[in-house]
Amino acid sequence: MKQKQRTKFSLKRLLQDNSVPIMFVLICAICFPLAGYSPSYLINELITRMGRNTFLILALLIPIMAGMGLNFGMTLGAMAGEIALILVVDWQIWGIPGIILAMIISIPISILLGVFCGNLLNKAKGREMITSYFISYFMNGVYQLVVLFLMGPIIPIVHASLKLPRGYGVRNTVSLLSMRQYLDNLLAINVNGVKIPVLTFIIIGVLCLFIIWFRRTKLGQDMRAVAQDMEVARDAGINVDRTRIVAIVISTVVAGFGMIIYLQNLGNFPTYSAHMQIGTFSIAALLVGGASVERASIGNAFLGVILFHMMFILAPEAGTAITGDSMIGEYFRTFVSYGVITVALIMYETRKRRVKSMTGHLLAQAQKEEEARSK
Amino acid sequence: MENTLEKKNRVKDLLDSYGLPRLIITCFVLLLFIMAPMVGADLTMQIGNVINRFSWNAVLVLAMVPMIHSGCSLNFGIPLGIIAGLLGGTLSIQLGFTGTTSFFMAILLATPFALLAGGGYGWLLNRIKGGEMMIATYVGLASISFMCMMWLLLPYTSPTMVWGLSGQGLRTTISLDGFYGGTLANFLAIPIAPDKGLYFPTGALLFFALLAFAMWAFLHTKTGTAMTAVGSNPQFARASGISVDKMRLLSVVMSTWLGAVGILVYQQGFGFMQLYMAPNNMTLPTVAAILIGGAAVNKASIPNVIIGTILFQSVVTLTPTVLTAMIHMDVSEVVRIIVSNGMIVYALTRKVKGGAK
Repeated sequence: MKQKQRTKFSLKRLLQDNSVPIMFVLICAICFPLAGYSPSYLINELITRMGRNTFLILALLIPIMAGMGLNFGMTLGAMAGEIALILVVDWQIWGIPGIILAMIISIPISILLGVFCGNLLNKAKGREMITSYFISYFMNGVYQLVVLFLMGPIIPIVHASLKLPRGYGVRNTVSLLSMRQYLDNLLAINVNGVKIPVLTFIIIGVLCLFIIWFRRTKLGQDMRAVAQDMEVARDAGINVDRTRIVAIVISTVVAGFGMIIYLQNLGNFPTYSAHMQIGTFSIAALLVGGASVERASIGNAFLGVILFHMMFILAPEAGTAITGDSMIGEYFRTFVSYGVITVALIMYETRKRRVKSMTGHLLAQAQKEEEARSK
Repeated sequence: MENTLEKKNRVKDLLDSYGLPRLIITCFVLLLFIMAPMVGADLTMQIGNVINRFSWNAVLVLAMVPMIHSGCSLNFGIPLGIIAGLLGGTLSIQLGFTGTTSFFMAILLATPFALLAGGGYGWLLNRIKGGEMMIATYVGLASISFMCMMWLLLPYTSPTMVWGLSGQGLRTTISLDGFYGGTLANFLAIPIAPDKGLYFPTGALLFFALLAFAMWAFLHTKTGTAMTAVGSNPQFARASGISVDKMRLLSVVMSTWLGAVGILVYQQGFGFMQLYMAPNNMTLPTVAAILIGGAAVNKASIPNVIIGTILFQSVVTLTPTVLTAMIHMDVSEVVRIIVSNGMIVYALTRKVKGGAK
């Protein structure tokens, strides 16, 4: 029956299921000639941004698999990554060892934050997304408390280039010049003027393999069962709460690594605001790739990062070309990223309601048949 | 033995109903008030500031009430109402109104936008019952960024509002001197410390009292009770012949309109109109205030609004002066972020007793 339906509505369904990516292809196609960038410049930018962002976006996949929706709490991992980087920069450990050490330091912080977030989310079942959204804001306050006031007197920060002149707290920008693009440049190859950061892509590939492998493990299967129906999963002997916490912890740790990869590419970061938009942009990119709140694949992440960042590169220039005001394009891309998330959330909720009413109808029908038969 | 156990339970019940975070915040505010004179801050000045800030924000917080009553949860979509208010305010100035007239014209001009936006928003929320809060947040964010483009593109010409050089596109901050800045606050204002420019904003408080009373009266009419019924038990409400969707729509429209009026009241107190990304900064304090006042995701009253706004504004006003003087660090911003977001997380993770999910 499923097969039949698919052949019947294939084109319509295909368009419907992929409406967001198709819309983005159109936006990019319109913006491309207006922006007037050369293809080689565009590809170069795009590859840089793919290396920079894909790892972060992949962090979202596992909570979706566990039925917890879009994990806005990935910002917590980003904060863990930033704290690790600040410490490593202060210890003056440079280059690749610095990056690896930062990743190692970020793990315990991420686990701690992930357990905290996961426990809170278990108390707010059915409202995970909004709760994780505000947990990330709440932890931003704690992060500021730690970095702005505790770093110096309690957590030792030695270097004057890092410390505020008043003696405690970290400066507004942390320079990562000593490890800027070290990961990207190692093993990088140059094809017709386009730099391909091979090592970064290998790391992303390893994460993809991990996710594919993880889906097949016992824990991965448990997560899918929890996503399907928590009650049934509990009856089947799965520790639902623990499974959900593990999903969030993995996501947070991956997001921490992702943030370090992201920042080593940029070369410096604004201490107090670098993590604020990470959640929104990563989620928007994943949704642009055709993912939904309950289903997302690695393919969605890659397609999303390409389309979303293509729009990101093109929109300001195209906006300037159309209206003569560069700010319009800037606002347009923020609007689009928020708009995409809004539309995806609305589609998710309406579909959930439709499924619910459909199961209700089916149940009523079955009952009627039963009654008719008993007569 | 049994007696003490009972007593313990009673204390625990009382604590549960009051809520631990709320207790902490109340104690914190009391401590701040006690510490204020000790660190050399002028207590009258501080209390005067709190009253003034209360008069700015109270109407916005009141805007949360209808939607919580009808079970639409916390209105994170308040930016929609704020945008309607901003449109009303800018249009009123554009059309050349000044003084007190401009304030009431702003409310009048904002009304159609608020009804329209509220209607659409309510229709949307009716289609996505259960997922209101997340979608409301993003509807708010998307509409703010959409309006950012509009503020640049709409053909405003009033020289007080547009950028001086290019002659088009609204400024980020517009002074309301000569328009409706201080309109309400100056009405029957009682001087507290005139040399420091501190007045008791009688007019603004009266305006809030009027709206709050109207809200209270509305909640006791037949429609108001029906709205509460929808919020506390939709199945029961439907069974007794109330149109759930209509009630929810009405509550959203009311919330949005109050949001529009609320931002205009805020602006008349603050003295400036802030455009572009500024409406975004209004959502969190407003939601946090009503939660600190003791409201839950599905329960709110007028006293919640008043207590919550006073407590939250006390935290905002007193922490910079008192804590900075005490520990020589300006932690006020951090305290504000932790208090407001912590309160929201607490409300979201609390078990909802009965009624709509």
